[in-house]
Amino acid sequence: MEGNYYVCTGCGLLCDDIEVELEKDAVSKVYTACRVGVAHMKEGSREAVSQVDGKPAEEAAAIEKAAEILKNAKNPLIFGLGTSTNEAQKKAIELAKKLNATLDDTSSFCLGPVVEALLQEKFNTCTLDDVRHKGDVMIFWGADPSDSHPRHLSKFSYFPRGEQKQRGWEEERTAIAIDIRKSHTAKICGSNFFQIPPGGDTEFINALIDGVSGKLPKTSYKFPPKRLLELANILKGAKFGTIFMGLGLLYSLESLDPIIKLVEVLNEKAKGEFHLIPVVGHYNMRGFNENLFAETGYVNCVKFENGEAKHGPEYSTVEALKAKAVDAALIIGSDPLASLPRSIVKNLLDIPIISIDPCETLTSRKAKVYFSTAVTGVECGGSATRMDGVEVKFDPILEAKRPTDEEILTKIMEAL
Amino acid sequence: MTSTMELYQLLPKTNCKECGKNSCMAFAAALMARELTPDDCPPMKNDPKYKENYETVSGMFSTTEGATETGLIVHEELCFGCGNCVVACPVNVANDPYGVGSGKAPKSTGKLILIIEDGIVKAQNVDECRRFGKNKILCTGCIVTCPVEAIEFV
Ligand code: SF4
Ligand code: SF4
Ligand code: SF4
Ligand code: SF4
Repeated sequence: MEGNYYVCTGCGLLCDDIEVELEKDAVSKVYTACRVGVAHMKEGSREAVSQVDGKPAEEAAAIEKAAEILKNAKNPLIFGLGTSTNEAQKKAIELAKKLNATLDDTSSFCLGPVVEALLQEKFNTCTLDDVRHKGDVMIFWGADPSDSHPRHLSKFSYFPRGEQKQRGWEEERTAIAIDIRKSHTAKICGSNFFQIPPGGDTEFINALIDGVSGKLPKTSYKFPPKRLLELANILKGAKFGTIFMGLGLLYSLESLDPIIKLVEVLNEKAKGEFHLIPVVGHYNMRGFNENLFAETGYVNCVKFENGEAKHGPEYSTVEALKAKAVDAALIIGSDPLASLPRSIVKNLLDIPIISIDPCETLTSRKAKVYFSTAVTGVECGGSATRMDGVEVKFDPILEAKRPTDEEILTKIMEAL
Repeated sequence: MTSTMELYQLLPKTNCKECGKNSCMAFAAALMARELTPDDCPPMKNDPKYKENYETVSGMFSTTEGATETGLIVHEELCFGCGNCVVACPVNVANDPYGVGSGKAPKSTGKLILIIEDGIVKAQNVDECRRFGKNKILCTGCIVTCPVEAIEFV
């Protein structure tokens, strides 16, 4: 069975060891991928569809229409891109520049701030391969990778053997979960699950800092100090520790300072080093953040003006729509009509939408112009950035019947 | 799963050795290890006074529907293919340390017990499982690592 491995773009883990069997131009069997990945990989191989006003149209006519909408807009919004290749993302940035557009991705209401702090080198980080080879203490904090990234624990963070971890997880690794509920990941952590009240993270962080610094750890919700000290001791004994930070933790914090401080203090007090990795959901959200950062110094929420990028919360998708500051939307690989609050969706429905997506979605159905594009990793190749910053390149499995996001973006740009 | 002692209570307890073992207790142990089957005890099988016990014991060792011959059941509707059990199973690790043992795709599927096919765990070569055979141990590798209790032994 060894040989032809493909990459799954089903989540930010970008598993690169997937084998498939084909039948009649479609993926018929998938080995080693999780259920999410299998569904994703069997999705590919549809016929190309372009629509204008909900009716089938020639691609050229749809491109023409899309270009017209964007040309007529004073301040178009370009949004999504978390499930596009690096190549498509770079094209979209170029297009945004040319259009003086507002550009944002889902990270502005997701883990964007953490990726930004990471790129600004505000904390120590490492790769998932480092964790597999060396990690002895891993903390899943406000994150439930067992649900969101099913192979996280089996491929990297807990169960596999690695170069310096030859004896297995029972003996050599300690997995810890800190969460407000007993998630599937927490269940696997057994007695190392620390349940805290909603919003209790900042206090818990400060108490842990006290604990590792030899002070009595206290919280207003009276978390047993003995348990906190036990945890502090595990962390102090770590040779290679990693905090996997999820949305649950981010949403509970007013600022990132406490968690950055904790990583710092742990690096001082623990036996070895400590790291933090944001558990990014979409397969290439980190890629978008890095590509935009390289271009503008910001990870999301920008507005271009004569080639210069302005940045601020008012340029986030949510705020821009709320303020009715944008007058057309080009949405790539995202379904905001299904995921954003109703009050914001209302404003989005008032402006013309161009949707580029492998799947038909609520957004694509309401769009003025829709292009169904290739599923990356299945119908087209490219590269993406894994949640830990490692670039992963991939080849297509099938011959595509549909254009890629990048091709559509290029054609729209040419038609402007 | 039953214990050897419970099984013993159901046997004729005459130590007649017809089964080739030295005692009914030894026979119970052999049953547990699946070396012998209830049919290997002629008195229990043939003597009407043991009929009820014979049926009970046979029932305990008949393969449950959907179960493999060693009693391992995968609840496919629960399993979502995370691979935890695959990577944690000591037999898998011993037989493929650089493939599944290292969290990756199998390098050789020959002697693996658990693999993931179409997003669901598939059990094969179950006679290799540590819970069975002569030197059985109460291995729980695939049970405690599963987030959704999709693997069970009956
Ligand atoms: S964990 Fe994510 S990348 Fe890996 S197979 Fe599952 S969906 Fe695909
Ligand atoms: S044949 Fe049956 S009765 Fe005789 S020793 Fe074996 S188990 Fe006991
Ligand atoms: S019981 Fe142990 S040896 Fe048997 S399949 Fe499960 S993990 Fe593997
Ligand atoms: S650990 Fe459970 S959910 Fe994961 S692959 Fe094994 S049986 Fe399925």
